[in-house]
Amino acid sequence: MSRTALHAWLLVLPAAALLALFTHWPIVGTVWDSFHATPRAGHAGAWIGLDNYREMAGDAVFWRSLWNNAAYAIATVPISIALALVMALWVDSHMRGRTWLRMAFFTPTVLPMIAVANIWLFFFTPQYGLLEKATGALGLASHNWLGTPSTALACVAVVAIWKEAGFFMIFYLAALQTVPPALAEAAAIEGASRGYYLRRVLLPLLMPTTLFVMVNAVINAFRLVDHIVVMTRGGPDNATALLLYHIYEVGFSFWDTGYAAALTVVLLAILAAAAIGQFVFLDRRVHYQ
Amino acid sequence: MSAKPLAGWRVRGSLLDKQPPTLDVVAAWLLGALWILPLLYAFWTAFHAPEFSTRFVLSAPLTLDNFRRAWAAAPFARYFANSFMLVTGVLAGQLVVCTLAAYAFARFEFAGKSVLFALVLVQLMIMPDVLLVENYRTLSRMGILDSITAIGLPYVASAFGIFLLRQAFRMVPRELDEAARVEGAGPLTVLWRVYVPLARPVYVAYGLVSVSYHWNNFLWPLIVTNSVTSRPVTVGLQVFSSGDQGVDWSVITAATLMTSGPLLVAFLLFQRQFVQSFMRAGIR
Repeated sequence: MSRTALHAWLLVLPAAALLALFTHWPIVGTVWDSFHATPRAGHAGAWIGLDNYREMAGDAVFWRSLWNNAAYAIATVPISIALALVMALWVDSHMRGRTWLRMAFFTPTVLPMIAVANIWLFFFTPQYGLLEKATGALGLASHNWLGTPSTALACVAVVAIWKEAGFFMIFYLAALQTVPPALAEAAAIEGASRGYYLRRVLLPLLMPTTLFVMVNAVINAFRLVDHIVVMTRGGPDNATALLLYHIYEVGFSFWDTGYAAALTVVLLAILAAAAIGQFVFLDRRVHYQ
Repeated sequence: MSAKPLAGWRVRGSLLDKQPPTLDVVAAWLLGALWILPLLYAFWTAFHAPEFSTRFVLSAPLTLDNFRRAWAAAPFARYFANSFMLVTGVLAGQLVVCTLAAYAFARFEFAGKSVLFALVLVQLMIMPDVLLVENYRTLSRMGILDSITAIGLPYVASAFGIFLLRQAFRMVPRELDEAARVEGAGPLTVLWRVYVPLARPVYVAYGLVSVSYHWNNFLWPLIVTNSVTSRPVTVGLQVFSSGDQGVDWSVITAATLMTSGPLLVAFLLFQRQFVQSFMRAGIR
């Protein structure tokens, strides 16, 4: 090995060792453990083949959490991206008070999700909460927003959108600032309307940003469950159980680590699919200047 | 909508008019107000006596009592110290580990480089956040559960940091590197004297993102800690608010604002820096 190669390996070594220990090895270990029973009292878990996966197929809570998570992603991803784009267009314009607006939109990003969840929990509280006070003032019937299966998931989705839209706005803002002003001038001379310019010029140019934001939004929809812990604990009746929350419960409330590993494999597959999707998309739909 | 030809060439109302239509301004302000409302509400509740928590009387007396009671009811001072040690420790580790690796990926040729880099990128998609069960077991074998090290260690080798710094290092002109080497500087000296100073804005950006991430992180710390001596503020807040506080929302809200306080104040003071850092960190 040459001297420079040796130097390079030494430089990479600490990072590689830590990544192997806390990312690669756990990924392999998760797959391995998913074929084993949960170790009990010092005995390693026995090889049980696909039993964990069979259990999963019959686990109503798993299917519920997967379905919930899909609905949650389908709600939060497009809405927060659309809001982020609109926010960015506003903040990027010469609108009066745009600094103030940028602050209003971005502040939720800086707050811990757990703090955000506490604030919103109070907002949704039956009888005392602000939402109840508002609907009560309008003469509407009292409704337990977080305690009713039909509305609970929507409530936690609202919290996620509120927290994330401002974060994604930043990326659109950065991208908008790289769009050459000559494009708007040319479009104006051609007599293009705002809507036309947005659809035919800006959106295609922003495509790489949209893709980047989308992949991040999807990952976050499957990775971030802090607010579930605070607001609903997966309830009522598993209406807000997301996949990672279910893994957390199986792994650390029931300590069924073998089964939790099998559930994690599903989550890893979803995240891997998002990554591969990004790769494939990058080649085709994305329009570079 | 089709393209409407404008009567002549005018700026007002056209694409070149940076003043958006009034309707947009109204909508923007409404959304902005809606966005800040939950926070204002939290501030209102935290700074007023419980009987005013949903009664918005402007004459309601302000009070710090809720903060006093929250501070006295749980070891928040310790939680803050833990969080502080966590974010500084993680950041220090990340800066060293990621700088070294990024330097190798940016400026060295070695066998297996591209495979290794691909393996690094895996962590961008699959973060330690989702590998709870296995990482818990690893730390348990190492015998360091329930410690600040246990919370931070899985995050020290950050793919995001390596990626960001590698991009920055690749922008450094090779002539600077070579000039330093001609003068007899070794690889580490070149890194320290040439690359690190030139990548300063990226370090600031990464630092802010990392600090906010780890100050706010919750699920993993919740799992690996179970005592006052290692809990960060997020977990402390959860233990506090789900404990025997009942529904004393004023106190819980005060505690909530307290835990977000340092970041919130830093953000309001250095808004531009924050926004630019997050932007820089996002452009890959």
